[in-house]
Amino acid sequence: MNQTNELITELANKYGRNRKNLLPVLQGVVEQEKFLSDDTMIEIARELDLPAAEVYGTATFYSFLEYRKMGKYVIRICKTITCAMKGKNQILLTIQDMLKIGVGETTTDKKFSLLQTNCLGWCHKAPAMLINDEVYTELTPETVRVILTEYIKK
Amino acid sequence: MSTSYNLKRADFIFRNENDWEKILIRTIKRDKQELINELISSELKGRGGAGFPTGLKWKLASEASSDQKYVICNADEGEPGTFKDREILTKVPFKVLTAMGICGFITGATKAFIYLRGEYKFLKTDLEKAIDEFEYYCKEIDFDFKIEIFMGSGAYICGEETALMESMEGKRGEPRNKPPFPTHKGYMEKSTIINNVETLAHTFTIFKHGAKKFYDLGVQFSRGTKLFSVSGDTPKPGIYELELGMSLQDFVDEFGDGDTKAVQVGGASGFLVPRKRFNETAIGFKGKLSGISLPTGGSMMLFNSTRSMFNVLDNYLEFFREESCGQCTPCRVGCQQLLIGIKAVKQGAKPANYLDKLLKLTETMQYTAKCGLGQSVANSFSSIVENFREEMIY
Ligand SMILES: Cc1cc2nc3c(=O)[nH]c(=O)nc-3n(C[C@H](O)[C@H](O)[C@H](O)COP(=O)(O)O)c2cc1C
Ligand code: SF4
Repeated sequence: MNQTNELITELANKYGRNRKNLLPVLQGVVEQEKFLSDDTMIEIARELDLPAAEVYGTATFYSFLEYRKMGKYVIRICKTITCAMKGKNQILLTIQDMLKIGVGETTTDKKFSLLQTNCLGWCHKAPAMLINDEVYTELTPETVRVILTEYIKK
Repeated sequence: MSTSYNLKRADFIFRNENDWEKILIRTIKRDKQELINELISSELKGRGGAGFPTGLKWKLASEASSDQKYVICNADEGEPGTFKDREILTKVPFKVLTAMGICGFITGATKAFIYLRGEYKFLKTDLEKAIDEFEYYCKEIDFDFKIEIFMGSGAYICGEETALMESMEGKRGEPRNKPPFPTHKGYMEKSTIINNVETLAHTFTIFKHGAKKFYDLGVQFSRGTKLFSVSGDTPKPGIYELELGMSLQDFVDEFGDGDTKAVQVGGASGFLVPRKRFNETAIGFKGKLSGISLPTGGSMMLFNSTRSMFNVLDNYLEFFREESCGQCTPCRVGCQQLLIGIKAVKQGAKPANYLDKLLKLTETMQYTAKCGLGQSVANSFSSIVENFREEMIY
């Protein structure tokens, strides 16, 4: 927790202690820790001098600001129409089979979380997914196996 | 009549940006009023979906009295089937930055932001480098202008201009009431000019080549070129710059797979056009002399005869239900009820004429929802249900 508090102070110093800097601070924490715990949000509220409910209300609005514990690598598979038509389910099944987790779950070693997301903007190269900030497109069950195997080794 | 009805390719947006320094310095030496007039006479309309005349927007902002003004580039690109703005920011970022600078010069804004969707975070480092280089040059020529990137965090509604500003102010991305419009009261209550990435890139073309060059392309009420994001059942998915005003039939002849059943024009918030209407549909802004014309943010999704239109609508409604900000009842409850409703009809739990009730509901949403998200659900819903009713039932 102390490490998190340090990070929050650092981010608040960098961006400023204003309401308008709340998103960059929240994003900075998620970048490092992958999610926002209740304690983290309370600490951010204290540091920025905002009501904790406001911080919570804002953070939970945004799908990339997770408040459930997430693994080191967050996999987000696009489920919008073109990806859905071009074999998204096949990709999802392959990943579920490899990691033995369902959508919304995290592996027991806390390494991977699996989520579905709305249009990633790669419809011309569907199906697509993000692993943290990295984009992978034109996926097939074969290529997704290769990609995940690399991450498993990391 | 100046309708072209032919598919014409163009190449302005992605063509050489190496002369941006020259264009910037040349343009900010010109008379502001003259520049506004040039932009107005080009008849450029916003490429983010709503199609507001860009020249008029800049004129209103230039006339607004505000101790601080802001320029915002809307790079939240979240409409399903749209992926052109990313390509612009990747390939010709300096055109966009230069256009933002010129906009600042004309309107008196000295500070600018690019609101970049979280899904495009991998672009940030390169874009920051381009901004550094741009700002360095501005300093050299004594032009006071600063650009910052503001990252989104995965919320489609933040593409709506006032939700975007709420988000930049550290709040939930909930659209505001309009008026006041952003040119009057925008980010931090200050006069703000917000434009789509592509709109800004077109202003670069206009200030480089003159308004006439742009105006001479396209058709009446829909001047210039537009980037189209083509996806779905097509042998050539990708990004294409085309003149506005073509017929959808021409488009399908070029991009279809020979078995095109319908085209979704304008993303999930746009319209689905069935095969029998390809000929009478033109792609451009409203107000053309004949036929149906559909404005579009450039999303063109093709569906062939293997696709179930029920699945398509189901997918859109799930998208809207998840992306509705939840602020107003017609949209929050409406999206959920529509999704439950079409499933109930499909499963036989509700009679077929229940679809008519749902159509009424979308009409209510169109009139009572607070922003474009809730208002436009009716577009895809009615165009799919009316044209493919059997597929909704059986
Ligand atoms: C739900 C919704 C989502 C929108 N998303 C975007 C977007 O991702 N990018 C964009 O440029 N405009 C988007 N818009 C339109 C903006 O509100 C605004 O009209 C536009 O940024 C103005 O720029 P323009 O005049 O250059 O098009 C959206 C509007 C609505 C209602
Ligand atoms: S129409 Fe939907 S997205 Fe728009 S303000 Fe209302 S609830 Fe929010």
